[in-house]
Amino acid sequence: MDYPTRIGNVRAVDHVSFSLQKGQTLGVVGESGCGKSTLGFSVIRLVPSPGIITEGSVIVDGTDIMRLSEKEMRRLRGHVGFIFQDPMTSLNPVKRIGDHFVEFIRAHEKNVSAEDTLERARKILESLGILPERVNDYPHQFSGGMRQRVMIGLGLALKPKLLIADEPTTSLDVIVEAQILELMNKLKKEYDLTLILITHNIGIIAEMADTVAVMYAGRMVEFGPTTDIFENPLHPYTKGLLESAPNIKHPERSMRAIPGSPPDLMNPPSGCKFHPRCPHAFEPCALREPLLLHRERQRVACHLYD
Amino acid sequence: MNLCCYIESANAWLAIYTTRLLMMPPLVEVKDVMKYFPVQKSFIETLLSGKGEFVRAVDRISFTINRGEIFGLVGESGSGKTTAGRLLIRLIDPTSGEIKFDGQNIENLDEAELQQFRRRAQIIFQDPAAALNPRMTVGQAIKHALDIHKIGSETERQEEVLRMLKRVGMTPPENFYNKYPHQLSGGQRQRVVIGRAMILQPEFVVADEPIAMVDVSIRAQILDLMLSLKQELGLTYVFITHDLATANYFCDRIAIMYLGKIAEVGLKNEVFKSPKHPYTVALMSAIPVPDPKHKPERLIPKGEIPSSISPPPGCRFHPRCPYTFERCPREEPRMLRISETHYVACHLFDKPVS
Amino acid sequence: MIVGAVIVTAIVLMTVLASWISPQDPVAINVGPILSPPSREFPLGTNHLGQDMLSRVIAGGAMVMQVAVISVVVCILVGVPVGLLASYAGGTSDKATSLIMDSIYAFPGLVLAIAIAAMLGRGVVNMSLAIAVVYIPSYYRIVRSQVLTIKELQYVEAARAVGAKSRGILFRCVLPNVVPSVVSVATINFADAILTAAGLTFVGLGLSVAVPDWGWDLTYGRRLLPAGAWWVITFPGIMIVLLALGFTLIGEGLSELWSPRLEQ
Repeated sequence: MDYPTRIGNVRAVDHVSFSLQKGQTLGVVGESGCGKSTLGFSVIRLVPSPGIITEGSVIVDGTDIMRLSEKEMRRLRGHVGFIFQDPMTSLNPVKRIGDHFVEFIRAHEKNVSAEDTLERARKILESLGILPERVNDYPHQFSGGMRQRVMIGLGLALKPKLLIADEPTTSLDVIVEAQILELMNKLKKEYDLTLILITHNIGIIAEMADTVAVMYAGRMVEFGPTTDIFENPLHPYTKGLLESAPNIKHPERSMRAIPGSPPDLMNPPSGCKFHPRCPHAFEPCALREPLLLHRERQRVACHLYD
Repeated sequence: MNLCCYIESANAWLAIYTTRLLMMPPLVEVKDVMKYFPVQKSFIETLLSGKGEFVRAVDRISFTINRGEIFGLVGESGSGKTTAGRLLIRLIDPTSGEIKFDGQNIENLDEAELQQFRRRAQIIFQDPAAALNPRMTVGQAIKHALDIHKIGSETERQEEVLRMLKRVGMTPPENFYNKYPHQLSGGQRQRVVIGRAMILQPEFVVADEPIAMVDVSIRAQILDLMLSLKQELGLTYVFITHDLATANYFCDRIAIMYLGKIAEVGLKNEVFKSPKHPYTVALMSAIPVPDPKHKPERLIPKGEIPSSISPPPGCRFHPRCPYTFERCPREEPRMLRISETHYVACHLFDKPVS
Repeated sequence: MIVGAVIVTAIVLMTVLASWISPQDPVAINVGPILSPPSREFPLGTNHLGQDMLSRVIAGGAMVMQVAVISVVVCILVGVPVGLLASYAGGTSDKATSLIMDSIYAFPGLVLAIAIAAMLGRGVVNMSLAIAVVYIPSYYRIVRSQVLTIKELQYVEAARAVGAKSRGILFRCVLPNVVPSVVSVATINFADAILTAAGLTFVGLGLSVAVPDWGWDLTYGRRLLPAGAWWVITFPGIMIVLLALGFTLIGEGLSELWSPRLEQ
């Protein structure tokens, strides 16, 4: 997936492949600019312009959505919920919360009356811990945490099978974040959701995800079950990421620095994009991009395992 | 040695130790400091409501900061930690209360004294993009501090800036001197912000969420830089953050703030291994741990943080506290001593004098 | 923006070189038949005094532009510093100055200019002052809104933290960021000032008759219109519009140039 710009092409997502089972949670982790948000948008073909998806297929529930028409795509989006990163700017400040729900639901289900929609909205809000009467309030009357719950409610309004959450707790306080995470766990079970959780927070990944995809500079560098990745990280970047995370239970194991800085995607390094920062880099690293290889239950893209 | 000599030398040792201790007053003393911000209201609203409303950003806090330590100020939004940080270096003036720096009150400094103070106390900001003037090159931004205080000649100043750029990891410094902030990455910008704070060789630096807006893999680098600068310049830091886990790694002592008040303060190990205040306990349990085998046992207080304009009466935390009893809404808890270094503001620990 | 610059330069050149290029003396009367329509000898016709319209059009810009320049300069010299100081200081000085400025702003521009010009009397300087007073509040407002925003920015706070004094902050941090907006306003102001100057002359409050001026031509041209002499009012009118347009285009181009620099 590319973003052509005046200055050059930015390849935001480069040859990423994975599959996700129903009911599972995939955590996509990486830093800013690694392409994880773009990946999330790509799954439902909502990439902001000037981005274009240049290659590949996305198969949701048996259908390759790359081949769908815009109309069919819109219908599909009704079955895929999306929670955006910043609840402050994603809600329309001049519309009541109830109207958000009505507009959204009626865009996908033609024959529902406004009354019924509002009733559904009230029920959803209640299940999220918000008083149902607040369906008549405006976004600015809600706190950050509540707004995020409203966003989650909107994402779930059409009872989707797949939910994509892009940094759902990044702008929230610690305790509110914990509340939202617990809420998401509860909803996962209740709605039997398949969840793609995009974040840079390793702690959230450890807690919520069954499978992890680690992204760096647009490529997926490691993929596998969460327990395996944490116990035995194969890619040097994954190792670095885990070691650099603050750990409240074991502070002595945390906050090790990864030298260098994230790459400029206009002029990415040659070969393996991580090689300038990698403590184990050797000759092939600057020459060729490593392919994704299987190692037991994990997949890793690194010449060390070639 | 016979007993006499032994006692003599023990006495001497004790005398030296005590004198040293007495000679080392805390670097910063904060006493009953309050900062209220008036809420902007229209003329009509003021007429109707009668009196002005205030945001009680900091509502009577007291603590001391010792030389050479890293003092953590931890809290969520509305806790007042950012305001407290700015009060400590007098970027804003307290509404009431006393702040002493090196024994001297800083609330009433005149211009010359304030200039002197600024050389000794500095701040590192949270957002490196906002903290740098987009129209000044990085070199000019750092040099600005030297220009203001008229330190050295023009060439000496430039050399000093180049040295600082190298020190904060921007090598080769000549390349970076003429770059504008938008040409640098987030981590590099934050290094410049740190360089600017350090160029005057301060003794005391307030760091306001210095790594919150920096990439995850770079955060540890910035913290390492801050630590090495601390060694070199003999700094005392105040580290403001909402991230308890990082505070655990970085700080020596921690104060937990809630709605403008200090809930608990103590040595790192005291606060983290045996937190006393229910809010601290909740905070600690809320943080996701990067270990998939760890089962979170969350004690999440109900509700959300109330507004600082009309905070709950008595103990600020009582509406959300699982252990609240009748005393809590009636009376504000005082700071009660758990150990010489560990204090908590909670009625649960007030043992009645019998 | 380039188009605007070209237009303005052309007109300025024309005015400056007026004494060399005008075929007739613009003030001399009866150089040709009275009220003759555009012809080979007098391409833009003549007016009721027998003056050659082409010469008048070429030379007539001088006064208008002088007035515009003086008034804009006065505006900047007064409006910008007042705006900077009052809004940076805040509090009562800010509120008081805003009150004064808003009151001036509330008057319809031309009416106020006429009132002041009537009080001051005729002449280039007086006319410029009258126009300046009307437009100072615009500068004040734009400077103020910029200052208020910039004052709260974190790098200003950083400058204070390092020990910068208010004066230093005003000059180094605030002023450079205010300049682009002021320049944009100034160019649009030129356009407005030109029109207002013409309007003042039109009403009879501007300059003496002896000076060739588009505004006078408009005045007389209007009276001559029912007589069928369309050319007296039209050509100066077009020149005024062109000049105003030129400045406006420059202003718009400049503001486009300044802003997206920070957008990448």
